[in-house]
Amino acid sequence: MNEKVIEVHNLVKKFGSFVANDHLNFDVYKGEIFGFLGANGAGKTTAMKILCGLSAPTSGDVKVAGFDIYKETEKVKRNIGYMSQKFSLYEDLTIAENIRFFSGIYGISPKDRKAKQEILLKNLDIESAKDSLVGSLPLGWKQKLAFSVAIFHDPKIVFLDEPTGGVDPITRRKFWDLIYEASDRGITVFVTTHYMDEAEYCNRVSIMSEGRIEALDTTENLKKQYAAKNMDEVFLKIARNTE
Amino acid sequence: MKTLFYVLQKEFIQVKRNKVMLRMIIMIPIMQMLVLVFAATYDLKNVNVFLVDQDLSSTSRKLASKIDASPFFTINNTSFNPEDGENEILNNRDDMVLVIPKGFERNLMREDKASLQLLVNAIDGQSAQIGYSYAASVIGGFNKNIIADWKGLPEFKPPYQINTVSRFWYNSELEYKWYMAPGVLALLVTLIGLNLSSTSLVKEKEDGTIEQLNVTPIRKIQFLAGKLIPFIVIALFDLSFGLFLARMVFNLPIVGNLGLVFGFGVLYLIGILGLGLFISTVADTQQQVMFVTFFFMMIFILMSGIFTPVESMPQWAQTIDQINPVYHFMRVLRMVVLKGSHFGDLIHEFVALCILGVTFLTLALKRYRKTA
Repeated sequence: MNEKVIEVHNLVKKFGSFVANDHLNFDVYKGEIFGFLGANGAGKTTAMKILCGLSAPTSGDVKVAGFDIYKETEKVKRNIGYMSQKFSLYEDLTIAENIRFFSGIYGISPKDRKAKQEILLKNLDIESAKDSLVGSLPLGWKQKLAFSVAIFHDPKIVFLDEPTGGVDPITRRKFWDLIYEASDRGITVFVTTHYMDEAEYCNRVSIMSEGRIEALDTTENLKKQYAAKNMDEVFLKIARNTE
Repeated sequence: MKTLFYVLQKEFIQVKRNKVMLRMIIMIPIMQMLVLVFAATYDLKNVNVFLVDQDLSSTSRKLASKIDASPFFTINNTSFNPEDGENEILNNRDDMVLVIPKGFERNLMREDKASLQLLVNAIDGQSAQIGYSYAASVIGGFNKNIIADWKGLPEFKPPYQINTVSRFWYNSELEYKWYMAPGVLALLVTLIGLNLSSTSLVKEKEDGTIEQLNVTPIRKIQFLAGKLIPFIVIALFDLSFGLFLARMVFNLPIVGNLGLVFGFGVLYLIGILGLGLFISTVADTQQQVMFVTFFFMMIFILMSGIFTPVESMPQWAQTIDQINPVYHFMRVLRMVVLKGSHFGDLIHEFVALCILGVTFLTLALKRYRKTA
């Protein structure tokens, strides 16, 4: 737990005069599940987009998977997976076609692809739906599929932007099983959420408010520090303090 | 290269799945070639003439029947009152009123000259001009022989006269459809290419799939090639389908080299699709894209010379037309298909299309950023 896969120093992102990320500092270690919490509009998604190379920071030093986010953006991209809030596989392609396309982009050979695809379909229990259009699948399946495709090329880090929005608690629980499996495979998980029960599943969490990181520690330490029963209370106490 | 293969495979599957798009790819050429080419004709036929014959002499009747016998004119109604004719024009039932005044024959006999009145509905200035000149030539022909006829003299032949024998080159029958067909083909290819490429990229924005692609190591050029190549193939298919229809339905002579037509087709499409991609990198929704492409299409088409000859536009408009890709491509199509022009005759168009293509593509490449 001491190899750093994400290093962020004094990260600032401004949109005009609005400061979305105000001097963020944090590290993420290999293999951990890092929860990135905050209210809506706190700047979580902005920071995550910078880490994924989708958005350029205004200033600050950022290294992801050992590569500089400014100069080695394409190398960063080779080593990360990303799943956005919005479902973003091709709905007019089948499951197999989506897998084939994204594998092709990452340069996975057809042989490897077939082997891994079989495991994926079995894991998700959707072997029979292999040739169904993704658009016709229920939302819970889509999200699990999107996650599986995001880590299909075995990235070092996977970024999940509110991955479980809009699904029932059981499906969310199952989704977290997948996250644990990925973590067991050595993939670092960076996840934003505003479900505080999900925060309990993380190794460490940071809590953002109005563009700043207000707290960063393991869930146990945070609960002790704020004398709270659960993460929900921790979150509310921090949010009230900054108001 | 391998990545490009996967990108192209995906794009073709998506086209195949889009049933509406597939139908358009087949229906647009059929509709445009069969409807537009027939409808957009300048040939003036069926000019409705209202006859006011106040003379009722044998000469006036001869003139009237001569006009009626011409394929261009039909005498619909007659009356003694010119105002009735004016009303017909006002109500858009007739296009022209011919007034033969009382004493027409007598004046012609006694004074060797007589007057007629032609009232022409000139809301459409161009067809009024053409209608008038047809009528004038029919009356002129009548005039030439009438006096001679009458006095029992042989046909009047002045001692010296210059005879013009005209031959119309490249379209000897003055078949309007042959002129329109290559123009409509250019429109067809433009419409298909511009719309398909621009909506396809912006759809990825709307669906959020572009974000998923932007976090992958895909190269910009691979992504844009995936948006170019399939639509060039489709537009070229439509070009050949349209040419085939024109050949079968209006017997369009294809004098020039088809290789040249398709070569220029590819060059032209790279530019047009580049423009489409550029528009979609700027826009966020398909609505915005449709709005902007519609604007470009209108200007490009109206200035292209499909309906009105570019040579008769004001000089500044002709200068602006140099950056209108449709203008260049339409010229190429007409020159190659009707005249059999060679590459050497098309250097100007070639250079212009190259410059436009490189410009539009560069704009699209510069504007599309994986990292915003």
